[in-house]
Amino acid sequence: MTAADGFFYIFSAICVASAFMVIAARNPVHSVLFLILAFVNAAGLFMLLGAEFLAMILIVVYVGAVAVLFLFVVMMLDVDFAVLKQGFLQYLPVGALVGAVVLIELVLVVGGWTLAPAGSRVLGSATPAGISNTAALGRILYTQYIYFFQAAGFILLTAMIGSIVLTLRHKVGVKRQNISEQNLRDRHKAVTLRKVPSRAGL
Amino acid sequence: MVIAGFSLAPVLPEFILAVGALLLLLFGAVAGERLTKVVYEIAIVILGVVLLTVIFDKRGESISFDGAFVDDPFSHFMKVLALIGSIATLIMSIPFLRQQGINKFEFPILVMLSTLGMMTLISAGNLIALYLGFELMSLALYVIAAFHRDDGRASEAGLKYFVLGALSSGLLLYGASLIYGFTGSVNFAVIGTALQGNAGIGVVFGLVFLSAGLAFKMSAVPFHMWTPDVYEGAPTPVTAFFATAPKMAAVAITVRVVITAFPGIVAQWQQIIIFISIASMLLGSFAAIGQTNFKRLMAYSAIGNMGFALVGLAAGTEAGVFGVLIYMLIYLVMTLGTFAAILAMKRKGLNVETISDLAGLSRHNGPMAFFLAMIMFSLAGIPPLAGFWSKFYVFQAAIQANLFALSVIGVLSSVVAAFYYLRIVKLMYFDEPVEAFDPMSPAVNVVLSLAGVFVLLFTIWPGPFKDAATVAAHSLF
Repeated sequence: MTAADGFFYIFSAICVASAFMVIAARNPVHSVLFLILAFVNAAGLFMLLGAEFLAMILIVVYVGAVAVLFLFVVMMLDVDFAVLKQGFLQYLPVGALVGAVVLIELVLVVGGWTLAPAGSRVLGSATPAGISNTAALGRILYTQYIYFFQAAGFILLTAMIGSIVLTLRHKVGVKRQNISEQNLRDRHKAVTLRKVPSRAGL
Repeated sequence: MVIAGFSLAPVLPEFILAVGALLLLLFGAVAGERLTKVVYEIAIVILGVVLLTVIFDKRGESISFDGAFVDDPFSHFMKVLALIGSIATLIMSIPFLRQQGINKFEFPILVMLSTLGMMTLISAGNLIALYLGFELMSLALYVIAAFHRDDGRASEAGLKYFVLGALSSGLLLYGASLIYGFTGSVNFAVIGTALQGNAGIGVVFGLVFLSAGLAFKMSAVPFHMWTPDVYEGAPTPVTAFFATAPKMAAVAITVRVVITAFPGIVAQWQQIIIFISIASMLLGSFAAIGQTNFKRLMAYSAIGNMGFALVGLAAGTEAGVFGVLIYMLIYLVMTLGTFAAILAMKRKGLNVETISDLAGLSRHNGPMAFFLAMIMFSLAGIPPLAGFWSKFYVFQAAIQANLFALSVIGVLSSVVAAFYYLRIVKLMYFDEPVEAFDPMSPAVNVVLSLAGVFVLLFTIWPGPFKDAATVAAHSLF
């Protein structure tokens, strides 16, 4: 067993264990922290595959942005998960049955695993030699996959328009910052000098 | 248009629509609320230009973007249907949205982006394009379902649709990943050659999940649960949009996937399609009987109609695909006509939605009652109206493919479904009249009349539609 094999087992074991803890942990904050652990280990697995760009993206996007956002929401909402889990035992038999069916199906699927003859040829051209991972991705992203890249861009744009349409409200009476007005203010507008007579006040 | 060996010609309609939507978004943001109506009008014009570009595209078949985009007569036919659905609903929506105070400029832009997703989807040649098309189409749909954000029912509809839609996308992606894993390609054509009668259980497993995702978007049983609530809760023009354009795209991609990617394992997918088809027809027929809300009734009608359309697909033959294409064309027209009538159901400026509001309509508004009655007869499949032919072609294909049980169940459930369509006719003609409706807006009137005329005259002059559908069906085989 090489060192890479050892790391593979370490990463995947921690990944599976922490994924389990995501749904098993009582405290939602702990769940999110385990989710982050699962992401980091998945990034480690990518690294072992030689996909260093995907590993870094996973850390930056999922751990850095998504999971932290998740944590933020969980902390802000203060959802009482203990209440949500109350019916757990009641639904356990049905859930166990569904789980067992899916497990049997998965075993059948894995048992019948065969690769199509054309498969290895398609996969064989995956990593071009001599250039880094990032450059290789960039080369196909903007050429071969330009169509998908643009389509994904439109999906993000739609999501942005949608969230603005559904949440932005122009309330009346809200004080807004007007930067040019602020910058144009000088001491003549801001300060007035008054001669205050002694013992009289304004 | 060629840029350094890179031709835009195959995607010209999509290109026009995408650039048009972006420019219109800028225009709408800068122009402000005064020019909202102009944004609607420009959106309709752009969609019209795209429609003409698709219709007058005579370049023949082509495959571009490394197999991701297939431009063939089949995609042209379905794109024309989807675009007609978008344009007609956009035209009808202007008065309604203004009256409800939700005529924001983003609405037509979201409809355009959704239509762009549909066109991507209809032309999808591999699983990645399929998924991206679905997401682009659905994301805009989730937003416009909840477009009336101060209305509790609309927000509920949007949220319900979003959560269930995300779930179905997950199922679809899981299926796609299994299919990719077991065949080694995301390209439909390559998958088709890799799978020749020797489907492993993994591929079938993936196929089931993929079908689940597709059935959700088509609102076919058993993934129909969202349909009645979303149809009822969303603003009526949005419901009209849901019932027409996205259905065209979803059915188109379902046909394309099973015909081009899985021709070698017909027996496997045929079971799934037959089950979905029978379940949808039965549920659509029986569950609609007790409905009193017209929009909810149309939701069950849509579920049933998807079942009938899939009868043609279950045959798996060229005649079957031809049947599906004709079915979708006639279903589109009938649905647009029905929703025009629903939009016209307005008293003292307020929209009413229960079918009992139609009582005695023939006494107040003869033409509207006549056209709606014709559309209802057609939906019930009564000859010589268009709806008869749509059912005729799919059942004919199914019988030719020896699917007798499916055909018999289909015909029987269409008899059950006839009950609730005919009840509406009875209400309009034989019941005591209630208060008259407000005068119809011209756009709604035009759509209803055109749909009624189409339904009446299809039998006399089906030539061009049948020719186009024949060419389109042939291009898949």
